[in-house]
Amino acid sequence: MSYPELTEFARTMRQKILDISYHSGTSTHIGGALSMTDVMAVLYGKVLNFDAQDPRWPERDRFILSKGHGVLGFYPALLGAGIISQEVFDTFQQNGSDLIAHPVMNLDLGIESSNGSLGHGISMAVGIAFAAKKQAKPFHTYTLVGDGETNEGSVWEAAMLASHLKLDNLTAIIDYNKQQNDGFGKDVLRIDNMAERFRAFGWHVIEVDGHDIDAIVEAFEEAPLNKPKAIVANTIKGKGVSFMEGDNAWHHNRLTKTNYEAAVAALNNSNNERSDNGNNV
Amino acid sequence: MEITSKSARQWARLGPRGVYGQAILAIADKHDDLMVMSADLASSSGLERFRTTYPDKFLNAGIAEQNMIGVAAGLAKEGYNVFASSFSPFIAMRASEQIRMNLGYMELNVKAVAIGGGISMGFLGNSHFGIEDMAVMRAIPNLTVVSPADCVEVVKLVESAASFKGPMYIRLTGTANCPIVYTDDYQFEIGKSILLREGGDVTLIACGSMVYQSLQAAELLAEQGISASVINMHTIKPLDEARLQEIIAKGRPIITVEEHSKIGGLGSAIAEYLSPLGSGIRHLSVALPDAYIKTGDYDYMLGEQGLDAKSIAQKAVTFLTK
Repeated sequence: MSYPELTEFARTMRQKILDISYHSGTSTHIGGALSMTDVMAVLYGKVLNFDAQDPRWPERDRFILSKGHGVLGFYPALLGAGIISQEVFDTFQQNGSDLIAHPVMNLDLGIESSNGSLGHGISMAVGIAFAAKKQAKPFHTYTLVGDGETNEGSVWEAAMLASHLKLDNLTAIIDYNKQQNDGFGKDVLRIDNMAERFRAFGWHVIEVDGHDIDAIVEAFEEAPLNKPKAIVANTIKGKGVSFMEGDNAWHHNRLTKTNYEAAVAALNNSNNERSDNGNNV
Repeated sequence: MEITSKSARQWARLGPRGVYGQAILAIADKHDDLMVMSADLASSSGLERFRTTYPDKFLNAGIAEQNMIGVAAGLAKEGYNVFASSFSPFIAMRASEQIRMNLGYMELNVKAVAIGGGISMGFLGNSHFGIEDMAVMRAIPNLTVVSPADCVEVVKLVESAASFKGPMYIRLTGTANCPIVYTDDYQFEIGKSILLREGGDVTLIACGSMVYQSLQAAELLAEQGISASVINMHTIKPLDEARLQEIIAKGRPIITVEEHSKIGGLGSAIAEYLSPLGSGIRHLSVALPDAYIKTGDYDYMLGEQGLDAKSIAQKAVTFLTK
């Protein structure tokens, strides 16, 4: 996808996030889904190698959603990539659905792993990347890790092993929105200097504006030598919906009809501003 | 591996950990997809020769059991047949949620192997004992739980597990100079218990290290005119229900014997099966107490905790004469 197409993909994803969140009638993880949206749009719109007609294609790139509560930012990507149908997408949080509030492994739907408990996915990603090395398989493994998730010690166990094994076929993206369930990371458990932390663990680290499509694309294209790569994406929780941006009340919340309509209007405003910016450039 | 009375004696001297390493070494050539992992305990798990002989099939995760299980799951997802081991509490409890997500929920083909189950770590103390592990592992859906009776059965189990598709918790009990139950080759099948001794008064159902002690206890009971059957219930989950039906049909009392807390292990599994049947069959659970016990050498603790043959026989007599 080109830059305008990726921007449009991200815009559509944000609209879908609001739609399914509202239609579910329940509290959902909206804020963190909106922070990861641009990274996901670039991943599914440009970076990942997959066959939408054959989600089990053995040489597909692997994507593991380590921050499993980020499904609202994941299912719209699978929909936009043509891996799941609108019909499947619309089953979100219906009784008995395959698409619930945390991913459930289903290769036919492009969901590589079951997640929800934090600090697990990155370990699995290390195992997959190591297997690919051993089997001389060409695919790349990507995992999206929440910044709050890095509170979990197992994340750092995985980080140590990945650099020890020189897994340059592994990329972890850190959704560094600086907020978590109980508030700002700086108040809950300081996790500043994220890039330095991963660098100290032997990773090749690129820090980007996690809402700058071009910068994200460039970060994915940079090839590290003999090291796993961490893209520290500086993001804003609730990005794209002005009244949600940086307001942790939207970490996990329910959209009322009023809120939903206001959010859609805010999203449209934000898109208009963005396209104005684009014209100016 | 060829099973003879000579090899049985050699393996018994080595103990279950060392034999685990030998057994996995012996099957490596037959299983191209084999990957063996350890959390910095290769040399304590009999895997030293394995890692020098098959460096490409071995991955040390470092002292990081949670990550070891997650990485094992990633390898399994890509087709590897993974055996990952550590001391019992470090794998079954420290990494229990990784086992739950990856082996239970996702059913990935990983064999989690616990070294030093029960109280066999002796003076290392309760930090290293595996007395709650079966309770935790047994409660995880999709997980098969197996504990071999002696070193020959460790070999049989490793061979079977390598061809078994699905997640498993393997619990090794006992120490070097391990008592011998089997001296010849025999039919071993995961999920099928083995009748080792037939008797008409009571049925002893045991797993792991307690199979030998139960056989010895049956000898002592015979001297007192009590005839006991002894079952090697090596697979604790799923239970061999066909065998249990046979036992229940005979209507005799049951005594379960295990080197595990009385909460959640083999005794609990049998009680869970018996209770809804309302068969009226009496059941005594011989197990470790719900406690962190005073530490000593292995034989001392088995005696103190009533898990040696003599104590088991005494408890059986008391139970049967009630």
